[in-house]
Amino acid sequence: MEVSININGTQQTHDVEPRTLLVQYIREHAGLTGTNIGCDTSSCGACSIHLNGEAVKSCTILAAQADGEEIKTIEGMADADGTLHPMQQAFMENHGLQCGYCTPGMVMAATSLLDENPNPSEEDVRLGLEGNLCRCTGYHNIVKSVLAAASV
Amino acid sequence: MIPAQFDYVRAESAEEAISLIGQHGDEAKFIAGGHSLLPLMKLRLAQPSVLVDIGRLSDLSYIREDGDHIAIGAMTRHMDVETSDVLKQHAPLLAHAAGHVGDPQVRHRGTIGGSIAHSDSASDLPATTLAMGATYVAKGPNGTREIAAGDFFEGFLTTALAPDEMLTEIRVPKMNGAGWSFQKFNRRAQDWAIVGVAAWRNGTESGVGLVNMDSVPVLATSVSAAIASGASIEDAAAEAAAQADPTGDLNASVEYRQHLARVLTKRALTIASS
Repeated sequence: MEVSININGTQQTHDVEPRTLLVQYIREHAGLTGTNIGCDTSSCGACSIHLNGEAVKSCTILAAQADGEEIKTIEGMADADGTLHPMQQAFMENHGLQCGYCTPGMVMAATSLLDENPNPSEEDVRLGLEGNLCRCTGYHNIVKSVLAAASV
Repeated sequence: MIPAQFDYVRAESAEEAISLIGQHGDEAKFIAGGHSLLPLMKLRLAQPSVLVDIGRLSDLSYIREDGDHIAIGAMTRHMDVETSDVLKQHAPLLAHAAGHVGDPQVRHRGTIGGSIAHSDSASDLPATTLAMGATYVAKGPNGTREIAAGDFFEGFLTTALAPDEMLTEIRVPKMNGAGWSFQKFNRRAQDWAIVGVAAWRNGTESGVGLVNMDSVPVLATSVSAAIASGASIEDAAAEAAAQADPTGDLNASVEYRQHLARVLTKRALTIASS
């Protein structure tokens, strides 16, 4: 079936099987491999993207369910000239990543969190990121990064 | 993991969805947010040959006052239940419990109707709405009918819904200032409850729903009967596991689950009574 999705401002149409997961569509059909697959069971959050502006887990959504919608991936966060999104900048400045595998999902979840709660407490950030796992256990600096981005 | 092959059709209205399900029979399933169904399909625990997508039925996404109850459209997302001012005012137990479902990403997609129709006894909202004395509205080819929450959960992942019926609305009574508490015990953030308790109390009246204490969500009627007869919270909570038949698993033995139900019920009733 034809599935047409606006990804990072560009309309893409691909002929896919109905069972194609959104994360596969993003990685294998649109060729955007910044979105990672971690647990594949909607636990770890590595595949988090924005669907119509809200963070969701793209391993647990069919591409067909996103047909006609707008999504944003980590590749769509920085400006065209390479200027990082404030959240990416904050992760860089606060050492909010170690191995980096969870980072795209963390950045997408964190920006969605700040959209809903622009002035979060540390507890709000920790609860807001409960759907994202960092197996380096680098949570302290991730929370610090998000709080720093919130204060920009 | 990728689900087995299926055909996908998107419904533009509830009537069309019911008609499509009727055409395809037992092998077809509705999909709303997909956060209960897709994980099962990936594991091949569910293998429908047709998915009828009802995710675009935005007219089934609403929360409104209706006399003595609040009516919630089945397609209302958990995040919208959690943040609803109407529910925070009139049914705060439900708004609070919805905020404990999964994590923010899951709550952006999952729907209250999907959670209840899926009827996983380990999910938060079936037991919570059962404790509140909710009524579910089902729509089928011959019209709509109301099903009391107490008559809805028939067995493991099995409900009173006919194969060609769709859950369209959840009605919860206004709590009218009753005290309440939701206690969820788990080992990791975002996990399902090992045991959970949703409780409310207004004087001698109370309702206690148990999460993950049986193959179905459990209404702890012995607890409410004890409260009604003037028993102490401690004595009432001792009855928490009387209606439950839990199983043991990696996380908890049968005895530990029964213990948790009593402890969490005591905590919940203490908060709901203060």
